[in-house]
Amino acid sequence: MGLKINHLLGLENVSREDIELILNTTRSFREVIERPVKKVPPLRGVTVVNLFYEPSTRTRLSFELAEKRLSADTINFAAKGSSVAKGESLKDTVRNIEALKIDMIVMRHSSVGAPHFLTKFASSTIINAGDGAHEHPTQALLDMYSIHARYGKLDGLRIVIVGDILHSRVARSNIWGLKTMGASVAVCGPTTLLPQEVEKMGVDVYSDLDEALHGADVVNVLRLQRERQQAGLLPSLREYTTLFGLTRERLKLLNKNYTVMHPGPMNRGVEISSEVADGDSSIILEQVTNGVAVRMAVLYLLQGGEEN
Amino acid sequence: MRIAHEILERQPDISRVALIGIRTRGDDLADRLAGMIKQIEDIDLPVGYMDINFYRDDIHIKLERPEVKRTEILFDLEDKIVILVDDVLFTGRTIRAALNQLSDFGRPRAIRLAVLVDRGHRELPIKPDFVGKNLPTSKDDDVLVKLKEIDGEDSVSIISKPQGGQPGKKGE
Repeated sequence: MGLKINHLLGLENVSREDIELILNTTRSFREVIERPVKKVPPLRGVTVVNLFYEPSTRTRLSFELAEKRLSADTINFAAKGSSVAKGESLKDTVRNIEALKIDMIVMRHSSVGAPHFLTKFASSTIINAGDGAHEHPTQALLDMYSIHARYGKLDGLRIVIVGDILHSRVARSNIWGLKTMGASVAVCGPTTLLPQEVEKMGVDVYSDLDEALHGADVVNVLRLQRERQQAGLLPSLREYTTLFGLTRERLKLLNKNYTVMHPGPMNRGVEISSEVADGDSSIILEQVTNGVAVRMAVLYLLQGGEEN
Repeated sequence: MRIAHEILERQPDISRVALIGIRTRGDDLADRLAGMIKQIEDIDLPVGYMDINFYRDDIHIKLERPEVKRTEILFDLEDKIVILVDDVLFTGRTIRAALNQLSDFGRPRAIRLAVLVDRGHRELPIKPDFVGKNLPTSKDDDVLVKLKEIDGEDSVSIISKPQGGQPGKKGE
C-alpha cells in the first residue's frame, strides 16, 4: 500500500484510494500531536523547503510545524527580500535551492500551475500549498478530515460552500475531493463570484443562500476578499453580508447535526457572524489543529524514499 | 496461558505491570494475556496498543508506506513494568522501534518482552523474556500467525519461499 501520486499538486485527479490513505494516516498523526512528546522520527534526514512566493501565515506555520514534528530539516524561503526581487526566474531559484540537496518542496505561488511547472525540471517531491485561484489541496484534505471526524463518513453528506467561489482555490480543491469521496456539494455566492459553467464540476449552484442551506449538513464559509468590492464584483459589503453572511438565523435551515467551517482568516461580521464562528457547531479551530496532522500525513506518505 | 503464569511468577508486584501490544496481532495477544491474568489473579492490568511504523528504520529504503494504526497508551508509564507483546520476533527491528517509541511516552521502571513465536535471525541484540514457542526457520521463510480475533482461527504456520518467488515480509 502507498500513494499512487508522486507529488500533491491538487485533488482534481487524486483517486479515492489515495485520499482514503491520507485521511487514515491523518488519524494516526492526530493521535501523535495529542501526545506529551509530539515529535516522531520518520522524516529524519529529509530536508524540506517551504517556498512561499505569496504571503501566508497559517499554511506556512502549519507546514513548518508538521515538518518539525516529523523530524525533517526545514528551510523557509520567502520571495520578498530574496533573489526573486532581483529578477531571478522561478526555474533558476528552484534549481539553486535543489543544489543545496533538498528532498521536498512545499510551494505557494500566485500563478496557477506553478507547482506543476516545477515537476518538469525539479527532482524533489512537490506539494502545492496554494497556486493562484486554482487548488489548495492540503486545505481541502483537512476540511475533509474534519468533516469525516465529525460524521464518520463523507459519502452522502450535503456540503455547501459559500462565498467567492470564482477566486477560491479552497473551493476548487474541496469540490474535487468531496465529489471523489461521494459527498454532494453545492456552491453559493453572488453570480459575479461564481465561475462560468461551475455546474460542470458536478455541483449544485445557488445564488440564494437560504435555498442552498436548506437540508445541508455542513456549511463551509469562504473568506471574502474586500478588494473584490473595489474590483466592482460586489455592490457593497453590507449587501454581501445581508445576502451571503452566515448568521444564527440562517443556521436553522441546516440539518439538525450541522457543522460550520471556515478556512480562515475570517472577516467577522462580513461572511460570518461572531456568534456563529464561536458557536458550538463551529469546528474552525479544530480545522487548524487537523491541518497539522493532514500535512504530516501528506509529507510522510509522499516521502517514500528511494525506489528499489 | 503459560506466558500469563510466567509473567505472574516473575513479577512479584503484579500491580505495577502494564501490557503494551504491538499492532497488529500483538494488540490482541496483549488483550488475551490481560484476560488470563485477570482470570488467575483477579486483577485488571492496564493494556496499551502501539503502532511502530513511524519509528521504523527502513523508512528511506521503502517505497510504499504501510497502513498506520493508532497508538493508544492511556496510562502513565512512570514506575510501571511494561511488558511489550508481539506475535513474531524476527530481526528485532520492530522491538527497537517499539522501545524508541516507548521512550517518547515516558520512563517505565523496566521493559520486558513477550512473544508468541521466536523465529530467530536477530539483527539487533534483543532477547525476549517470555516466549510461547521457539520456531527454527530459514531466513526466507514466512511465519504466519493467525488469531481468532482477526483471522477466525488460532494457528502458526511456516510458509517456505517458493523457488524463484518473492519472500514475504511476515514476521517482522
